[in-house]
Amino acid sequence: MSLLEVNHLEVRYRRLGRVKAALRREEATFPAVVDVSFTLEAGRTLGIVGESGSGKSTVAKSLIGLQPARGSIRYGGREIGSASHSEWQRLRREISMMWQDPVGSLSPRLSIASLVTEPLKIQGGKRSPDDADRLLSMVGLSTDLGSRYPHQLSGGQARRVGVARALALDPKLLIADEPTAGLDMSVQGEILNLLNEIQSRTGVAILVITHNLNLVRHVTDEVAVMYLGRFVEQGPTDAIFRHPRHPYTEALLSANPSPNPDERHGRIELSGEMPSPFWRPAGCEFHGRCPHARPDCADIVPDWAGEGERGYACRYPL
Amino acid sequence: MSEQKLMHSSDAMRGDGHVPLMRIEELSVDFSTARGPIHALRHISLDVAAGRILGLVGESGCGKSSLAYSLIGLLAGNARITHGVIRLGDDDLAHLSAGRWRALRGKRIAMIFQDPMTSLNPVRTIGQQMMDIQYRERITRAEKRKLAVDFLAQVRIPDPEARLDSYPHELSGGMRQRVCIAMALLTRPDLLIADEPTTALDATLEVQIIHLLRDLQQQFGCSVIFVSHHLGTVAELCDDVAVMYAGEVVEQGSVDEIFRQPAHPYTQALLECDPGSIREATRILPTIPGSLPDLRQVPSGCIFQDRCPHVFERCRREHPGFYSGERTQLTRCYRVAGEGEMTS
Amino acid sequence: MSQVQTAVSLPQPTLLARTLQGLAGNRTGTIGFFLVALILAAAIFAPWISPYDPAAIMTGPRMAPPSFDHWLGTDHIGRDLFSRVLAGGQVAMLVAAAALGAALSLGLALGLMAGLGPRWLDNLLLLLFDALRSFPTIVFGLAVVALVGPSLLTVIMVVAITSVPIYARIIRTQAQALRNAEFVMAERAMGASLPRVLFVHVLPNVLGPLLILASMDVPLVIATEAGLSFLGMGVRPPTPSWGVILNDGYNFIRNSPWPVIAGSVPIVLVTLGFTFMGEALRDIFDPRLQKAN
Repeated sequence: MSLLEVNHLEVRYRRLGRVKAALRREEATFPAVVDVSFTLEAGRTLGIVGESGSGKSTVAKSLIGLQPARGSIRYGGREIGSASHSEWQRLRREISMMWQDPVGSLSPRLSIASLVTEPLKIQGGKRSPDDADRLLSMVGLSTDLGSRYPHQLSGGQARRVGVARALALDPKLLIADEPTAGLDMSVQGEILNLLNEIQSRTGVAILVITHNLNLVRHVTDEVAVMYLGRFVEQGPTDAIFRHPRHPYTEALLSANPSPNPDERHGRIELSGEMPSPFWRPAGCEFHGRCPHARPDCADIVPDWAGEGERGYACRYPL
Repeated sequence: MSEQKLMHSSDAMRGDGHVPLMRIEELSVDFSTARGPIHALRHISLDVAAGRILGLVGESGCGKSSLAYSLIGLLAGNARITHGVIRLGDDDLAHLSAGRWRALRGKRIAMIFQDPMTSLNPVRTIGQQMMDIQYRERITRAEKRKLAVDFLAQVRIPDPEARLDSYPHELSGGMRQRVCIAMALLTRPDLLIADEPTTALDATLEVQIIHLLRDLQQQFGCSVIFVSHHLGTVAELCDDVAVMYAGEVVEQGSVDEIFRQPAHPYTQALLECDPGSIREATRILPTIPGSLPDLRQVPSGCIFQDRCPHVFERCRREHPGFYSGERTQLTRCYRVAGEGEMTS
Repeated sequence: MSQVQTAVSLPQPTLLARTLQGLAGNRTGTIGFFLVALILAAAIFAPWISPYDPAAIMTGPRMAPPSFDHWLGTDHIGRDLFSRVLAGGQVAMLVAAAALGAALSLGLALGLMAGLGPRWLDNLLLLLFDALRSFPTIVFGLAVVALVGPSLLTVIMVVAITSVPIYARIIRTQAQALRNAEFVMAERAMGASLPRVLFVHVLPNVLGPLLILASMDVPLVIATEAGLSFLGMGVRPPTPSWGVILNDGYNFIRNSPWPVIAGSVPIVLVTLGFTFMGEALRDIFDPRLQKAN
């Protein structure tokens, strides 16, 4: 039984008041996340890759109970998609999240020691006076930092505090939203290596949300590529990097080139920008920007094609 | 006659026949703070070749943005140029009057910034802003408008005529950045300074903007200084590159030289850390251990000594100068001078 | 496991230390603090330092200029002006504390409800705020007095009610901004209850600027009280208030300017003191300036 099993997840946002929509005979809501399905096993890492507007953060929020969603979310075999408030309280002991803005996700007027022990205070249970020190050391931070405040920390240190806080209750699933955003390249490795080390020790499952495909290659077992709220390709990381089948995946891969002149080849330039989820294109939603689009791509929505763990939504895969 | 001689001697120094548009000589900038001055830039010497794209790469705190801002006279209020000159033609940009700056900015030197939203005036239409910056030109309004439409088309904005009446918030981030590029190039500057223009954009949009910049630079022939921390982007777009660390240029040369054969340990380490350059998928990623030195008390010797895997005694004693490698490559490291252990 | 070096900066200095440090460079701020301290001390110790009973008539010649016996002179029925000013100071501080206290509490509650609650509540409350604000304070005061009769309590009520919308709006804006702040979402994702989010995370971040703003409103409150009392709508005699002193003095201004001076100078000092202090505090605790260090 998988730790996390998501099926046909859908999130809709409201764009018009109910009354107005009825009067205008228009849809009151529009879909931001459509038909997203994936599984995650204990001890494994899944990456969800997408650009801004792809809906990846929305998926993360729906897994932590901050975003109501339709479809099925099964955690530990139990359906939690429509869990009540008190059920979510219990779930939050096992599912925790690391946020994108390392300093902004820390309450500005609390000390670091208070911040890392927040989950313990909220959930109740056994507490001991050296909880804060233990958590800070676990992520490689000096215990002196306990008395500091978020704005006094560097980006890297604040991120580690975020990790410590997310791990305070020894969760089974950790969602990391852009864990390396804003970090210099020379220190990105520190956070990722830390997460890796913690995963080997505790067997926590990790869901990484990012726009950086290069990073995903090194730290994930499986990856799913999102475009305009849908998965366009997913499967084992190795396979996807060796041979992407969806044109968008290929474009993303070529958009992050190696600096070594010997390894560079032409970058694929997509035309236009990601359309707004309001006005979704007909047929394959990527056809307007796809360098390999054919005439019928504008009319026919591609089915999900797949071979076992590998899947993609393209009628003319690469 | 004497002017020609000057160019030749600089050619000899560069060794590659490129005429410098701007020469930065021994530029030092301090920022004053409550706890003493921060020596953010120290003795920067760099040439910006005419008609070529120079990349400034480095991580946070290296001073690349401060350097870029000093070239257009937009340093913060608590910054002071304590040493050095910036030669552009007959002017020394490090010691320029406000009046002379007004003549240069938007005419000879233009700049685009990281966040296109805050670079555009939210309460004026694109068209109004694009015509405003042509205030020096003695042409009619209709001609200015036409020029604006032309440039919007040049930066590949669809339906440029209609766009003139849009407000910045009606455009997406990528489009706004294109508008900023159009506005910067409208006045045909000799030098375009781009401070991390693609950092806030998604990777696929970055590709578009980079290709656009490359095409426009070839078309207009201006020099470009491209500040970024994306090594892959710099390698693709730029002709020359200067690698900065903690306020100094530690290595410079052509992009080919630097990225193929980096000689400075910091450049080597940085390239190793770039996940795009790691060929084999690896679970444990390389990092550069340690942290930046406190620039209030700059250590004697090499600035990278505390984090360098090849450090030896002389590195701690004396501050290294530039040693030349192949052709135009200059490296601030004693290993290139043939001292110390030379491993791969 | 790589050990990350500690931050270069020093531990957070205490609130007091930062205040003193900030004041050191700010001359007007220091003056403001001294004035406020002086005024508060005078108000608190008024009964003990008053040379005469403020209500006692014929303590000396009428309309007398300042002298050794009467530091500010006497009014038209021979009451010592200095004692009356001190007593008026007590009234002023009392009104300020009570009115601002009430306005802050109510403003805080309503502002939080508007900023964090459902849309319809927000719209309703905004309507209420705008309606209240559309009345000029004095006119509102007249209406209330007509209903309730003039008294110290009336003044406090009028000032409080007209100040509530201002504070509520400020709190509302801050609460709305914080509602979507990443750290609030992080707390909710950890399961924090609404009261916890409110009291531990939202309130401390909105209270600081609000208190500073309130301190700068003290002159306004006092001027309003003085205005109402001047019109006879405020405190009843024999309670002295600066407005009453002004009113009395105004009627006899041709005989002696001293009562008018005695009534107005304290108001000027209070205004200067609290404004200077408030501005200095605001500059010291500006969150944007904090990051620079």
